[in-house]
Amino acid sequence: MNFSRIFKTIFLVEFIFGLYLAIRELFRKSKTINYPFEKGPISPRMRGEHALRRYPNGEERCIACKLCEAVCPAQAITIESTERADGSRKTTKYDIDMLKCIYCGLCQESCPVDAIVQGPNFEFATETREELYYNKEKLLANGDRWESVLAKNIKLDKPYR
Amino acid sequence: MLEYIQILGQEIYRILFLLVPILVSVAMVVWLDRRVWGLVQKRKGPNVVGPFGLFQTLADALKYIFKEIIIPASANKVIFILAPIITMTLALVAWAVIPMSEEFVLSDINVGILYLFAVSSLGVYGIIMGGWASNSKYPFLGAIRSAAQMVSYEVSIGIIIINVLLCVGSLNLKDIVLAQKDLWFVIPLFPMFVVFFISALAETNRPPFDLPEAEAELVAGYQTEYSGMMYAMFWLGEYANILLMCAMGSILFLGGWLPIIDIYPLNLAPSPIWMILKILFLFFLFALIKAIVPRYRYDQLMKLGWKIFLPFSLVYLVLTASFLFYFDKLPKGNF
Repeated sequence: MNFSRIFKTIFLVEFIFGLYLAIRELFRKSKTINYPFEKGPISPRMRGEHALRRYPNGEERCIACKLCEAVCPAQAITIESTERADGSRKTTKYDIDMLKCIYCGLCQESCPVDAIVQGPNFEFATETREELYYNKEKLLANGDRWESVLAKNIKLDKPYR
Repeated sequence: MLEYIQILGQEIYRILFLLVPILVSVAMVVWLDRRVWGLVQKRKGPNVVGPFGLFQTLADALKYIFKEIIIPASANKVIFILAPIITMTLALVAWAVIPMSEEFVLSDINVGILYLFAVSSLGVYGIIMGGWASNSKYPFLGAIRSAAQMVSYEVSIGIIIINVLLCVGSLNLKDIVLAQKDLWFVIPLFPMFVVFFISALAETNRPPFDLPEAEAELVAGYQTEYSGMMYAMFWLGEYANILLMCAMGSILFLGGWLPIIDIYPLNLAPSPIWMILKILFLFFLFALIKAIVPRYRYDQLMKLGWKIFLPFSLVYLVLTASFLFYFDKLPKGNF
C-alpha cells in the first residue's frame, strides 16, 4: 500500500468526493419523465398497435391481396375475401392475433395500398387474452381513431422508403 | 380510583403525543429517503400521491394493510408473528428518553444513554427471530449476517459513547446536550463522529452495510417470508431505528436542541425545531449515502468493525481521557 492510498483510505477522500457528486446531481434536472402524464417522443416509424386505414371517401383500402398474411413470420394474420357486387375484391375477415404478433412491421412493408399499418399507440394492454384477438371492426376502428397521425407518419417517412 | 384513571389518561396522552408525530415523521422520512435516492440517480422519485408525492408512504401503508398476511406452513407461528412486533416496539420504545428540548421529554431518566443503548441492542432480536422462525434459507442467512453485524458494530458504538460520556460526566441525555453549550462534541471528537456515523449505518442495516437484506444474493434477507402488514411493521421499525440513530447522533455530537450559535435570531426558534433540523440533516446524509455506495463484502464488514473501528475508538478513548486528565478538564460530576 503506497502513501496516497493510505491517505485516501483514512480521510475517506473517495467517499467525500462521492458525496459531493451526489449533492451536485441532486440539483440537476432528472433524465426521466412522469410517464403517464408526460410521454417521450415517438418516431414516425414506431411499430405499435395495428390499424386498417380507409380512403377519404370511407372505402376500405385493403384489397385482400393477402401479402401481409403471407409475409407474417408469426402467422398472426388470417384473411378471408370475397368478390363484391361492383367486382372489387374485399375482405370478409381480417383477424390479427396480437399475442402472436412480434411487431416486426413486415405487414405494413408488404402492403401495396398502405392499408394495414402499425400506429404510434403502444398502450393497449387488456385484462383478458380474448380482447387481444383483433378482428376487422377493431382494426378499422383503430384506423379511424388514429388516421390523422397515421397519414402524417406515412408522409414523414415517405422520403426514406 | 378516579385519580389513577386520570394519571393513566395523562400518561397515555403524553405517549401518544410523542408516538403519533414519530410515526408520521417516519412516513415522511421514507418519502424523503426515496426522493433523495431518486434525485441523486436522476430519476424523479415518488411524486404523484399528494403534493410532491408526500403521501406516497401513506398510500403504501394502506396497500400493506389490505394485503394478505401469509404465514409459511413450516414457520413457527408465534415467533414469526412476534418478530415484527418486537422490532417495531423496540424502535418506538427507545424514543421515550430522547429529549426534544429542555422540557419536552417523555421520561427524563438518569441513565438515558444506557437505556437507549440497551434498547437499540435488543433490536437485533426481532431480526433473528424473524429470520429463524421463517424456517427458510434466505431469511436464516440474512438473520445470521445481521446478528453478527449488529453485535460487531455495537461494540464500537459503545466505546464512542464512552468517549462522549468522559467529556460530560453524566449518563442523562439532557446533561449530555447541556454540556455542549459552549462547544459541540463534533468539533473535539470529530473522528469519533465519523466512526459513529458509519457504525450507525451498519447498526441500522443501511447501505453500504445492508448485507442482511442484500437483495442480489438473499432476496430480502430476514424479511423474505413476510408480507402485508407484518412486512410494513419491519419496515416501520427499521426507519424508526434509523431516525433514532440520527437523534442519538445529534444528541451526542451535534448539541441536541441547542441552536448553531446562541445569538439573537437563531435562539428565537423553539428548541425542538433545532433538534428536528439536526435529525433531518443526519438522515439526509443517510439517504445520500444509500444512493452512492456499493455493498460491502461480508469479510470487509467484519474487518472494518473489529480491526479498524474498535482499535481506533479505543485509542481515541485513551487520548480523550489523557487530554481531559492532563489539562484537568474532567467534568466535576457527582461520582
